Amino acid sequence: MSRTTPTLLHRVLIGLLASTGLAHSAMAEGNGRTIPLLPLYQQECAACHVAYSPTLMPAASWTHIMNNLPTHFGTDASLDPATLKEISGWVNAHAGTYKRVSEMPPQDRITRTVWFERKHREVSAATWKLPAVKSAANCAACHTQADKGDFNEHNIRIPR
Amino acid sequence: MNCSAFKRSPLLRATAATMLACATLLSAAQAATPTELLGGYTALAGSAPVPARGQEFFTKTHGKEWSCSSCHGAVPIQTGKHASTGKPIAALAPAFNAERFTDKAKTEKWFRRNCNDVVGRECTPSEKADLLSWLITLKP
Repeated sequence: MSRTTPTLLHRVLIGLLASTGLAHSAMAEGNGRTIPLLPLYQQECAACHVAYSPTLMPAASWTHIMNNLPTHFGTDASLDPATLKEISGWVNAHAGTYKRVSEMPPQDRITRTVWFERKHREVSAATWKLPAVKSAANCAACHTQADKGDFNEHNIRIPR
Repeated sequence: MNCSAFKRSPLLRATAATMLACATLLSAAQAATPTELLGGYTALAGSAPVPARGQEFFTKTHGKEWSCSSCHGAVPIQTGKHASTGKPIAALAPAFNAERFTDKAKTEKWFRRNCNDVVGRECTPSEKADLLSWLITLKP
């Protein structure tokens, strides 16, 4: 058998890893902490945006977000009660607790945290307005590996 | 495997039959086809769907900022783009994306959310049937 062909065993192992949230592609990076993503969080939240790491805001911000999903930044992101409960528990358990994220950012926006603004202070106003960027929430516009939880600066490509 | 064991043992036969029945029931509860879902909405609507009406509904705005096309594209046979986050949205027409409209709960969840965003209320079974009937007409 060719070495590049995944065997059934490989597929089963990958499936198991994915289902337990340990697959490499489902990690979130935040202020030096890398945590495996809850598959349900990936499935429900990353359907519309990058799977933002819960470590980037305090639990109070996440609680406020999870309690207001029917009006979620201008869209209806409502969930069924069981899914809501599971995701809420997970984001709260992994919310930022250390000093840098102890304050709730305005409007529960990660992009308004002191940390985010400092990290992006060299990005010009014109860059933020590019059609390919449009929103500071669009991490993947510049962080090419954002969908894999990789925000390493070597993987940044700012569109023109 | 020695199949004669099944012939000899009624218990084994009964167990195998039960397992098969369970597997069939389970897959029937979760999976659906776009045509089956359309059948369900059509039955609830009580009248035949009109694909052209579905296309119009999809493309125009309904008193709010977004239309369905804002994120899915005018004809959703290729990757769209979320109107606020920019995240790519896989093609919606079932002939271009085999995953679409194969899960009733998922379909209902997205109708609920997106109709609320675009129309400001839930869509009626008739609107859903029109829309899905149009999407099904889109072929490569």
